Order: sequence, then C-alpha cells, then structure tokens
Amino acid sequence: MTANPTKALSTSVAIVRIRLKDGVLDPQGVTIHKALRTLGFDKALGVRSGKYYEIELAEDSPETRDQVRKMCENALVNQVIENYTIEWLGGVPAKT
Amino acid sequence: MRFGVITFPGSNCDHDSYHVCAHVLGESCRFIWHAEAAVGDIDCLFLPGGFSYGDYLRCGAIARFAPVMADVRRFADRGGLVIGVCNGFQILCESGLLPGTLIRNQGIRFLGRWVRLRVESTSTPFTSRYMRNQVLRIPIAHGEGNYFTDPQTLASLERNNQVAFRYCDEGGALTEAGNPNGALNCIAGITNVDGNVLGMMPHPERAAESILGSTDGLPLFESIRDTVLARQSRPAKIGVS
Repeated sequence: MTANPTKALSTSVAIVRIRLKDGVLDPQGVTIHKALRTLGFDKALGVRSGKYYEIELAEDSPETRDQVRKMCENALVNQVIENYTIEWLGGVPAKT
Repeated sequence: MRFGVITFPGSNCDHDSYHVCAHVLGESCRFIWHAEAAVGDIDCLFLPGGFSYGDYLRCGAIARFAPVMADVRRFADRGGLVIGVCNGFQILCESGLLPGTLIRNQGIRFLGRWVRLRVESTSTPFTSRYMRNQVLRIPIAHGEGNYFTDPQTLASLERNNQVAFRYCDEGGALTEAGNPNGALNCIAGITNVDGNVLGMMPHPERAAESILGSTDGLPLFESIRDTVLARQSRPAKIGVS
C-alpha cells in the first residue's frame, strides 16, 4: 500500500475513559482490592474498575469530536451507571 | 396465538423458549432472526437469554442496535407484549424499553441455581395466573443480574407497581440470603409503565415442565395467552392508538 502523507498527518486518536459513577457498586473493584490486600499491598485503600478505549479517527475536527461524544452517549457509555472523559491525541501517523 | 422468539448471535435460550411456547403451551411460534427488518404478525415477542454478541461492550449493548430492534420498539409502542428473560432483560434495559440496568452480581460469580421469587403484581399481562405474594421456584443463570437504577427511578418503579417479581427466601421474606445478586430492593423482574413489556432475570422457560423440577414458570406463559385471547375478543383495544 502506498503511504499517503496527507492522511498520515491528519489522523488523530480519542482516548475514552469510562468509570462507574460514585455510589454504583463495583464488585470487580472490591474483589481486586481484596486480592491486592491479600498479596500484602496494605497501602491500597480501594479499587474502582473502569474501561478504556482508543478510537482511531480520520481527522481532528469539531465534527469528529462531536461524533465521538455521540459514540460515548449512544453506545460506549451506559449513563445510568457510568460517566466518561475524552482525551484528544493529535498528529498520530496513520497506519498504511 | 402467535409467539415470536428473537434469535441474536449468541442467544442460547431461544430453543428452550420456543419449546415452551410451541410444545408445552401448544401455540404457534416462530424464530425471528436479529437481522430481519420486521417482527411480522405476532402477539407476543420473546427476547431469550444468552450472550448476544458475546456480551461485548456491556451485556445487551450491541443487540440493542440489531436491525430487528427498531420494529421491536414499534411493536412495544403499539402495546404489543414483549418479554425479555436474562440477556433479553439486559437488552430491554440497554434499549431503553425498560428503566435501569443490570450490573455485575454482588458476589462477582456467575450464578446458575434455583431461586425463590415472590410475585409482586398480578395485574400485568404476564402474571395474571399467579397470586399476589405467591412464592415461585425458578432458576437463574447469570453473571450480570444485579438490578440497579437511580433513586428517583427506583421510587417511581415502586410507586407505579412496576416490580413484578422479587427474590425472596422460601417463606417469601425479602432477606439478604434470598437475594442472590444484590439487586436493589430484591428486584428480579420489572415492567414498563404501561405493563406490556416485562424483563426478568430468572428463567420461566426452564421451569415449565415437571421433568425439569418445577412448573412455576408455566403460568407466566398461560397468563400471556389469556391476555392475548382476551384482547382478540375485544379487537378495538389492540393496535389502535
């Protein structure tokens, strides 16, 4: 495949981090915390588990960012129990 | 009457559900593939248990976007009867047809065992053959069955009598020991405000024949049939809005 320098400069990545809202039970986090304590890590006061997605994007533009927010609200995040943050990484070379 | 059982990739209770509708109840039943555009001419839709789309993203989250789901929503909005069991309940919550969501069991483990359920409401199309406070023996099989919602929604569910079934102990008491997954208010099954959509984690289709150890799930199917037959004798009540 021929490298496309224009495309290579224009791609970007959205990092979506999803965490459970405060007050939502996190049995997985509780179990991991117990396991860490069992292993002797007595400095660990608590663990909350979450999710992490890297979304490769065609470009960074207001329209793209709007789409990523909609992806979060319509699919990636269940807003009954979760909230999220998006971090934008620009200037990532495109895969060829 | 005509049942329709939706099969998603990863559904694994579709044949059990079909079996009860067609062979135990003796009614007409057909499988509806998730990619179909319409549910067709049916009276009650069954969203079966399983692991639709591998439970990717969240349980039921991908199934919500299946092509057939747009017509499931239209069918429900017209007052059609929809029941979701286990993964079917998770799909109904993810698609917004029922409020709240199902999170990981409190004890983290997948639970496959018999539980006791208390019938909370007999005024739904799915529970008219039961008695209020009747204790049922029906199995569960899930890892994410812990019902959760915000305090306002929970209060409105209780106020509107939308809780159909609660986990209980053998005597019908709501105890921590009787609640297998930590569900809020011991909720095992709820309906929508209109009462025509039911979601429940326990499997009534696995408790509809004595050879399987319990027939406590069968009256649920019989209640559905009663409702449909009653509606058919009063045709003006259905499908007109």
